[in-house]
This record gives sequence, structure tokens and C-alpha cells, in this order.
Amino acid sequence: MKSEAKARPAPRVRGRRLGAFVFLSPGLTYLVVLLLVPLGLVLSYTVFQRGRFGGVVYEFTTENFTRLIDPLYLGVVGDSLRIAGLTTLIALLVGYPTAYLIAQLPSRWKTLALVAVVLPFWTNFIIRVYAWIMLLSGPGLVNSALGKLGLGPYELLYHEGTIVTGLLYSYLPLMVLPLYAAIERLDPQLREASANLGASAFTTFRKVTLPLSVPGVLSGCLFVFVPSFGNFVIPEMLGGNKSTMVGNLIRDQFLKARDWPFGSTLALALIAVLVALLVVQAWAARRA
Amino acid sequence: MRRSKLLYVPFWATYAFLYLPILVLVVMSFNAGDSAYTYEGFSLKWYGELAGDERIRTGLLNTLVVATGSTVIATVLGTLLAVGLARFTRSKTLDALALMPAVLPDLVLAIGLLVFYSAIQLTLGLYSVTLAHALFSMAFVAAVVRTRLTGADTSLEEASRDLGAGPVVTFMRVTLPQLTPGIVAGALLAFTLSLDEFVIAFFTIGNAEPTLPIVIYSMVRFGVTPKINALAAILLLVSFTAVIAGQRMTRIGESRAQD
Repeated sequence: MKSEAKARPAPRVRGRRLGAFVFLSPGLTYLVVLLLVPLGLVLSYTVFQRGRFGGVVYEFTTENFTRLIDPLYLGVVGDSLRIAGLTTLIALLVGYPTAYLIAQLPSRWKTLALVAVVLPFWTNFIIRVYAWIMLLSGPGLVNSALGKLGLGPYELLYHEGTIVTGLLYSYLPLMVLPLYAAIERLDPQLREASANLGASAFTTFRKVTLPLSVPGVLSGCLFVFVPSFGNFVIPEMLGGNKSTMVGNLIRDQFLKARDWPFGSTLALALIAVLVALLVVQAWAARRA
Repeated sequence: MRRSKLLYVPFWATYAFLYLPILVLVVMSFNAGDSAYTYEGFSLKWYGELAGDERIRTGLLNTLVVATGSTVIATVLGTLLAVGLARFTRSKTLDALALMPAVLPDLVLAIGLLVFYSAIQLTLGLYSVTLAHALFSMAFVAAVVRTRLTGADTSLEEASRDLGAGPVVTFMRVTLPQLTPGIVAGALLAFTLSLDEFVIAFFTIGNAEPTLPIVIYSMVRFGVTPKINALAAILLLVSFTAVIAGQRMTRIGESRAQD
């Protein structure tokens, strides 16, 4: 009897192990083969030399890293930080009041307002960027409207501001959604209490709503900054064919210059910036 | 609570900003004139031109092939992974690994895959794009299914196991039916993401016939033409319908779950 009682849990343990294997191994294999191995290859390429006709020569070098700190490339990284940072800041300034108002709407309108924010996000990315070329190009709508006012025409495309506009247009929903989620979660009683204690609407916002929504602010900023920072399509389509951002530089190293080792090193720098941001965000969210 | 009227300025500005470009595209797609900028009356001629464009038709077909293939792979692997992670392990590392393709910038995934395909000397084509799309779609499917699993009642699964069913039988007969709305939502998401994906496809297609976003990209680079406006209007209609249908379905799924 004793042995039987002991033996009983055994099939279940074996079942769990078998289960873990059956369920986890296909997906994990896929992730290892198509994610970890490729990332490992990219990482290893950073210390090798480029081949004469592209590809990689497996001879150790630190040249890729010394090239990385060349002012030319550091400048591009700086430009990308500035452009993505500006986009994130504007998205926050526009997105916060929007998210705040959506959170106050009656629930029927709330869903509608949220879906309306997300809808453009679900349309083809290239088409959304193309829409701005149409609006801003020489004979486009904005210039003809300016013309009727007796202004312009201006060269509205191919500026840093155009790139920021395109990035903002593409990623604003990613700011509004987490902000909305954070503001919506707040207990309305806290704001009522603040108002009852004599705080003005603005003081309540500054001392209650805003500090409590910091985690939403942080994730919104991250959601906008990350895709903006590594983007290469928008800088190319709206910023002319200058290599203005890290993404363009990486694309060119892989598809034009065929210098894969240096492209990999640039990609590593991109990942490093993003990981640093993630760490800062996690740290700030814990303190908030 | 009183709120300042001033708040409505950024609120409406946001919606104007989001919809004005789309509106202009749609209006201009019905332009009778040849210019992409000046409206000269209503016509459907650009839709006709679009229907006759061989490159766009092939692009659309390729996009649908890739989206279907990657959705099937992503849905099967993502669902298994979600169940495995929720029921058979507590590893935070594996959780993070499963989410990684959704978190990493698409450019990083793209060059990683390009480097890998070249290292194993795979000739690039639609299937290499399909495998690539399945990678990030799988992460989204796993995340969506996972959300349903963490909220789900485990007592039925325990009962099934206590009655002697193995993990596979329990999964097929008990877990899977409970998860169906989540799996459908995940599959829809995977399909839509693949339809729209540009960067990874751009890097992993090689010299093969391109997918639709790549066709649009090369057309746009060539110059602005009203044909793209017509295509944009159709794609807008398709994705708006899909999002609203998806919204309805989740609501139906939720009310059923509550019954």
C-alpha cells in the first residue's frame, strides 16, 4: 500500500515534464534558431573584418568599434537621439491631455475615442508616410492653403521637422494608449478628496493625477522613442536621401556598402541605447 | 469635476492630425484629373487603373501568401508556447525570451535574420519572409493567449488531470476550447501585422517578387501618383473593417465568457 501511495504522483511528475517538453520545445526551438542564433551572429560580426565583396572575413579586429566613435557616426547617433527625443516630447505634450480627456468621457464615447486613436495605426505604415508627402510636397495641400493666405510656397519636405512630424504621426497612438490606461486606473476618489480639501483643478492635476500616472508616462515615452530611434523609412521618405538617423546608416551598411561587420556594430550600439533606456525606465517606474 | 476648456484644444488637434492626411488621400483617390494634388471632380478611374496593375496584384497575392503562412506557424507555436509558459514553468527568462521578438526593433530582427539566412546559405524568397514574420507574430500570439490563460480558471484542467487525462488530452479537450477566443484574436493580430510589415520583408525577400508594402514603397519613391491614393483608400477600408470587426468579436467573446 505504501509503495502504491508513493508511486502515484510519479506519472504526474513525468506528465508535467512531458507536457513542458511538448508545449515549450517547438516555440523555444523557433526562438533559438531564428532569434538567438541570428543575434549571436550579429554580435560576433562586430569583431570581424568585412570581406572585399561584402560578407565577413573571420579575422579579429577592433576597427569597427574605433570607427563607431568617429565624430561622423557619433553625430548621426546624436541626431537620432535628438529627433526621437523631440518626437517623444511632443507626443507626450499632445498625448497627455488627449488621454486625460478620453479617460473622463462617458464609457460609450470612451471606447469610440480610443478606437479612433488606434485606427490610423492599423493602416499600412508606408501609406501613412506617403500621405504626408502628398500634404507637404511643393504643390501639396498645405502649400496651396498657405498660398491662398498669401504665404509660401515653402519647401516643407526634407527637414528634420518633417521627420518629427512623420514619426509623431506614426507613433502617437503608442503614447496615448498607456497614458490612458494609467489615468483610467486612478481612483477618482483621490481627485475628489483633493478638490474637497480646497485644491484647484490644476493643483489636483499637478499633485495627484500627474505623479500617479508616471508609470504610464514612462511606458508611453518608451513605446514612442524605441521605434522612432531605429526608424529608417520615415527619415528616408520625408527627410530626403541624407543618412540622418542610425537606422539609415545600418540599412546602408547592410544593403548598399555591404559592410556587415560595421553594420552589426551600429546595430549593437542601437540595442545598447535601448537597453540603457529600458533600465532607466524600470528604475524610474519602481521609484514612482 | 470641472475641467478647463483649454484641454479640448490638444484633444481635437490630435484627431485632426490623425485623420486629415487620411481624409485627403481618400478624397484625392476619386479625382478625375491626372494630378495628385488638384481635385478636378469625381471619378473612379484610378480604381480601374489599380485593378489593371500587374505589380500590385502580384504584390497583394504575395502578401496574402506570406500572411497566411506566417499566421498558421505563429498561431500554432504561439499558443503552445503560451500554455507551456503559463502551466509548466515559472521561468521569467523564458517569458522574456518569448516576448523578445515583439520588443526588439524590427530593424534588429531584420538584420539578424538576413545574417542568419546568409550564413546557412538559404536562397531568399517568400518562404524566408514567412519564417521571419512568424517570429514576431508568434510573440504577439503568445502574449494575447497568455493574457487569457492567466485570467482563466484552472480547476477544470486540474479536474481533467485528476481524472487521469494526460497533458495533451487535457489541452485538446479542456484548455483549447476555453482559449479559442484568445487564439482567434491572436491569429487576427498576426495576420494584420504581417500584411503591414515592411522592414523585415524588405531585408529578407532577396530578389524574389516583393510583397505589397515593398511594391508601395518603390512606387512612392518613384513619385506621387493618384493610383497609390486609390490603393490607400482600399487598404484603409479593409483595415478599418478588420479592426471594427475584431472589436465586435472581442466584445461578443467577453460577454459570452461572462455568461
